[in-house]
Amino acid sequence: MKLQTDVSDLAHRSGEWLRGTGPESDIVISTRIRLARNLADFPFIRRCSDEDRLSIERTVRSKMESLRGWDEICYIDLDQLSEIDRQLMVERQLISREIADADGSRAVAIDPSERSSVMINEEDHLRIQVMHSGLDLDSAWNQINDLDDQLEAKILYAFHPQFGYLTACPTNVGTGLRVSVMLHLPGLVITGEIEKVFRSMQRINVTVRGLYGEGSQYTGDFYQVSNQVTLGHSEEDLLKLIGVEVVPRIIEYERKARDFLVHQGQQDLHDDVSRALGILSTAKKISSEETMHYLSKVRMGVNLGLISDVQTATLNKLFIHTQPAHLQKLHGRVLTSSDRNIRRASYLQRHLSGDDKSDLN
Amino acid sequence: MKCHYCEKPATFHITELTGDDGPQVMHLCELHAKQFLQKESASPTASLAGVIAKQLQLGQTKEEIEQLDQKECPVCGISFFEFRNSGRLGCPYDYVHFEADLKPLLINIHDATEHTGKRPRRAAATADAQAEMIQLRRDMEEAVEREDYELASQIRDRLKEMEPAVIEDPGDTSGPAAENQDDAGDEPTENSTQGPS
Repeated sequence: MKLQTDVSDLAHRSGEWLRGTGPESDIVISTRIRLARNLADFPFIRRCSDEDRLSIERTVRSKMESLRGWDEICYIDLDQLSEIDRQLMVERQLISREIADADGSRAVAIDPSERSSVMINEEDHLRIQVMHSGLDLDSAWNQINDLDDQLEAKILYAFHPQFGYLTACPTNVGTGLRVSVMLHLPGLVITGEIEKVFRSMQRINVTVRGLYGEGSQYTGDFYQVSNQVTLGHSEEDLLKLIGVEVVPRIIEYERKARDFLVHQGQQDLHDDVSRALGILSTAKKISSEETMHYLSKVRMGVNLGLISDVQTATLNKLFIHTQPAHLQKLHGRVLTSSDRNIRRASYLQRHLSGDDKSDLN
Repeated sequence: MKCHYCEKPATFHITELTGDDGPQVMHLCELHAKQFLQKESASPTASLAGVIAKQLQLGQTKEEIEQLDQKECPVCGISFFEFRNSGRLGCPYDYVHFEADLKPLLINIHDATEHTGKRPRRAAATADAQAEMIQLRRDMEEAVEREDYELASQIRDRLKEMEPAVIEDPGDTSGPAAENQDDAGDEPTENSTQGPS
């Protein structure tokens, strides 16, 4: 495990979860599972002293150094990073906004593929996360369960026979498990069916959020579907709820909506997605919000075969790489909002209408 | 009649059929009735605060709520008032100390109070042992702050002594953790409801 204080290389490469492959990847961007864990012999973060936090961070780091298969992992001291670097990691979904904005000792360990990461001193002492491309709950669960097994052999977790894994917020107690599947649902948005689908979800213990989770806007037609309850159901039950009962149903609705759009007004739809690609490929300045909006349309156009010379992986990457911290890291300096709009447009142009349509690296 | 949440007159009288103790009547003003009926929230913290508020208003008198708010965890010192304002607990022992007050909340959030999932292969013997370890760490920090290094070192030794006593070998199926696992699904053990030693 190597200590890293610079995350510039993240801005130049892409995580595996963005490669646009895996089951149902035309609609499912990624599958993420996280486990909330706490050390038995410390208070929860809210009541920790600075010394407690430092001690937790050092304890966890020393234990993680000896984990099987974690030699290449990067360990990043978040209190040593600049604000832009922390923001970059939030955009990349490697850390939460909460830990990025916090004070004091806190860290994240990430593997170079960006599939797994462990946040230390977030809302809970440990937030273990695994992210895979497409709908891939079994692989993601096997990976995170193995990591959790390895950690619990070295760290004494706060656990109660009746309440399970104890967490700072009672909404996470029990399994501490949150399964989140990121879906791209432009068909349901255009046909106006999305509200109806989500209303039916609320009755079966499922929450729906925007791209960057809690409190964020639903931008670019991306929706994150997660389990609401964590206590009283086994991990397997929760995985089944999301992966078998809920997400395949939403995928089916989205496919029907897309079929409907194709058959009812192919010319209109083709025109709409082509115009979106035209704007992204030729604009001289463009906001983050507008970029998300048009990239979403183009992504649907590619998946429906209406646009053929752009790859889904390229679009997935563009969603992330055109965000503020990524643009600023790529240019090596702080940019004003207006400068970012100009840089974003030229970046999009290079990757959509230039020579380099398939690879951002 | 006033609204449960504010001083306005209650114009909506909603009977909640899914409550833990049978049907319960909510008396609400128009605004709060609307919020109550659209109680799905994007933020778990916001919905948690709502659940706590609803639960307290329904089940207890003002005096009882005031009394509960003052209740403090002997390990981390968090009051119930602080918890219900922040939605965050202070230490693992809170689940034992506030057990009776948290259970209705857990039912409200999860519709369950019993963990049925994965269990760590090794765990502290009791909630008391976990509480004592937190307390000892705190004492050790205070001793270091006072530059009483002799006491700090004694506490460190005590903590080291406790570790093997509460941790079992991962491959070993006997010992305290295995006993804990056997208790799964039962009511909490006597130990888990006692104060920290």
